Amino acid sequence: MRRTLYLLAAFLAPTLGAGSSAASAQSKVVILSTTTSTQDSGLLDVLVPMFERTSGYSVKTVSVGTGQALALAARGEADVALVHASSLEKQYVADGKMHNRRLVMYNDFVLIGPAEDPAGIKGMAKVAEALKKVAGARARFVSRGDKSGTHVLELGLWKLAGVEPKGAWYIESGQGMGQTLVIANERAAYTLTDRATFLAFQQRVKLPILVEKDRLLLNVYSVMEVNPANGPRVNAAGGKAFADFMVSPATQAAIKSFGVSMYGQALFVPIAGKTEEEIGG
Amino acid sequence: MTGAILEIGGVTVAHGGRAVLQIDRLAVRRGEILAIIGPNGSGKSTLLRIMGLLDRPARGEVRLDGRAIDWGRGLLTSRRRFASVFQEPLLADTTVERNVALGLTLRGVPAGEARRRAGHWIARFGIAPLAGRQARTLSGGEAQRTSLARAFAIEPDVLLLDEPFSALDPATREDLLRDLQRALRETTLTTVFVTHDRNEALRLGDRVGVMLEGRLEQLDTPEVVFGHPAGPDVARFVGVENLLPGRIASAEGGLLTVDCGALHVLVPGELSIGRSVILCVRPEDVVIRPASAGSMRDSALNHLRGQVAELISIGPQVRVLVECGQPLVALITRHSVVELALKVGSPVTASFKASAVHVIDRGSAG
Amino acid sequence: MELIWDGIRQAFLLLLGMDREVLAITWLSFQIAATSTGLALAVGIPLGTLIALTRFPARALVVSLINTGMGLPPVVVGLFVSIFLWRGGPLGFFELLYTPAAIVIAQFVIAAPIVTGLTLAAVQQIPPMFRLQMVAIGASRGQLLWLLLREARLPMLAAVMAGFGGVISEIGASMMVGGNIRGQTRVLTTATVMETTKGSFDVAIALSVILLAMTFLVNYLLTALQQRRRPS
Repeated sequence: MRRTLYLLAAFLAPTLGAGSSAASAQSKVVILSTTTSTQDSGLLDVLVPMFERTSGYSVKTVSVGTGQALALAARGEADVALVHASSLEKQYVADGKMHNRRLVMYNDFVLIGPAEDPAGIKGMAKVAEALKKVAGARARFVSRGDKSGTHVLELGLWKLAGVEPKGAWYIESGQGMGQTLVIANERAAYTLTDRATFLAFQQRVKLPILVEKDRLLLNVYSVMEVNPANGPRVNAAGGKAFADFMVSPATQAAIKSFGVSMYGQALFVPIAGKTEEEIGG
Repeated sequence: MTGAILEIGGVTVAHGGRAVLQIDRLAVRRGEILAIIGPNGSGKSTLLRIMGLLDRPARGEVRLDGRAIDWGRGLLTSRRRFASVFQEPLLADTTVERNVALGLTLRGVPAGEARRRAGHWIARFGIAPLAGRQARTLSGGEAQRTSLARAFAIEPDVLLLDEPFSALDPATREDLLRDLQRALRETTLTTVFVTHDRNEALRLGDRVGVMLEGRLEQLDTPEVVFGHPAGPDVARFVGVENLLPGRIASAEGGLLTVDCGALHVLVPGELSIGRSVILCVRPEDVVIRPASAGSMRDSALNHLRGQVAELISIGPQVRVLVECGQPLVALITRHSVVELALKVGSPVTASFKASAVHVIDRGSAG
Repeated sequence: MELIWDGIRQAFLLLLGMDREVLAITWLSFQIAATSTGLALAVGIPLGTLIALTRFPARALVVSLINTGMGLPPVVVGLFVSIFLWRGGPLGFFELLYTPAAIVIAQFVIAAPIVTGLTLAAVQQIPPMFRLQMVAIGASRGQLLWLLLREARLPMLAAVMAGFGGVISEIGASMMVGGNIRGQTRVLTTATVMETTKGSFDVAIALSVILLAMTFLVNYLLTALQQRRRPS
């Protein structure tokens, strides 16, 4: 009996101990709320350990949908947010929930589709007009449909095109970027995707890029610190440390070279210090 | 050593306003086998539970060895002086051996001794080849033997049996009854045995208690209870009116001569000489004829001369009590009484067939 | 189809190659599930036995609550537990969110009603006369409890398997209160979903295979223990 109890204690200690050690090292934990696509790109798997090594903080990366990421930050359940939904971000800053918004990097979206290109949009410069043609041809299009940053951007483009996307041709996956790409591949459909995910799925998804480099397709990432008034126990110092880290020269350099070895091209463009007008966003 | 080992006094138990049990006084004598009989719902099981200290009566007291039971702290010690066997074997999901030893294990008896005692009783009840078997694979009879062995292995001060054979088929019942009888003779355990079967009570009981509607209507030797029921209700339940205790005097060609003291009765059967028995004859099977009629040729083998002692009308029939060295009751029609011009004092011959006699074997020792 | 074979092959490679991360994830998953199941047993068995053996007003209500609890969707449990564990929540002080302890808590909430409900059913099905018989051959209250639990050991082992199976395979709660944080709260289920959304289907399948294998192994051991009692 006693032996069983010893084994049990030894067993429980690591799992339960993780919580208590955090309580004593309260100010050493930084909760970063970000989006699934940011996490999936793999960039944070490089940057977070860098930050932890140099700062001594321990980062808990919570990657959820954009809405949830910002909502958590607004409740004070995170210390710093790294998202890519400009209009929403500005809203939160205006409401005083977040402050010190600083641009970090951008990647871009591309419009991909079947090689046969039934809507005939290949090479077009303006993405909104390309979408208009897709709708006109009632060519199959797969949307994220999950209120993510990508989805919000897509909806904005439809609005610009003066089209309300509805019908059998418009498929809402309600899932992450990767799943959505797979579905588009299966259905030989058009879809809007960020370049990073596209590159990651290149082996699996055989849909070429048809429209790119439109300014409207820029996906700008910014880092915001959580207002300590949002909730109890907000680690303002830690949040600031991480935000500072993201715009520091060393980090920006790391961002610039991320993805080159694996995909032959960088996935992100570091833009700390610049303004939105400067990059045309 | 005689004396009451267990006494119940002033006990009442009620369920939903109805009195389920009402016993003014009941004393169980050390070493006796007390059979409690009664119809279903008469409170027998409730009584047994109270005796075994498994239930506490709302009113009244229970005394063990003359001392009142402490229903608080000392209860477990007192309760462990009893062992019960119920209608269902209720064995634990383990081997026969472990089951039989269970009562001892619970009392802290060391494993070796527990096994030894269990083994002894497993053998006595004829289930030695089953010792290693899982209880759930046993037949009804085998399981009940295990339950009995379990209770005996405890060597309790008082053994309580609540209709232990009711759930078994007649053949198994007979086998088990015989083995139980033998075991009881061996141990002289004080035993309280509840049953609704009169024959079991007659076979085993030193005393018989009749319970009706929660009350103990009569408590006496079997002969008295069955021969002289305390009231019409008891009589109605008990049913048999002619009980003749005796001993097998001789046995020849399938016919036994039973020495009942004043009478010798012939009955068919195969029992050894010297065995103690009770003969039962139903009043309806007794034929009355005037003594002056002389010996008629009929198939009845038993003819007893005597005198009419009593005539009681019961509806269209008449209960005739004949004194022929032993009281014998006959039930005949009123018409016959008139025809035979019977009255108190009339000399008569009471006859009954040998085959009409029901023999209850009480075993070898008296 | 080859995707599945690829996945199985990948699973072996990851395990046999001692891929540290995968081993760590596997071990963590097992630890968390075993701990939460263990706690659920410690609470559920006595509670279930108590309810089975006693009569009290509103007993039917309590039993219904337990039975409802057996079917709680893990994601709902995760949501409610995370609300409690949030910094702004009543238990925020303990900073348990996004730690393995949080997952243990949530999984305990999932497993406890299962264990309680099944223990309750197991003990209840013992014939009431059995209790009386055990007392009638001299069992004390404690001994009676032990005897009843021993009688019910087969369905209770089923309760253990059901509890463990329910939590090792859930993802909703693990995701919400754990956060799938690499090296800290990433478990097999959350890792599988993550790899799937990233499109690494072979890794996802490999992780699924490992999860299934672990669950099977645990169940096999428990079943062997349970079925050992059956007559041959």
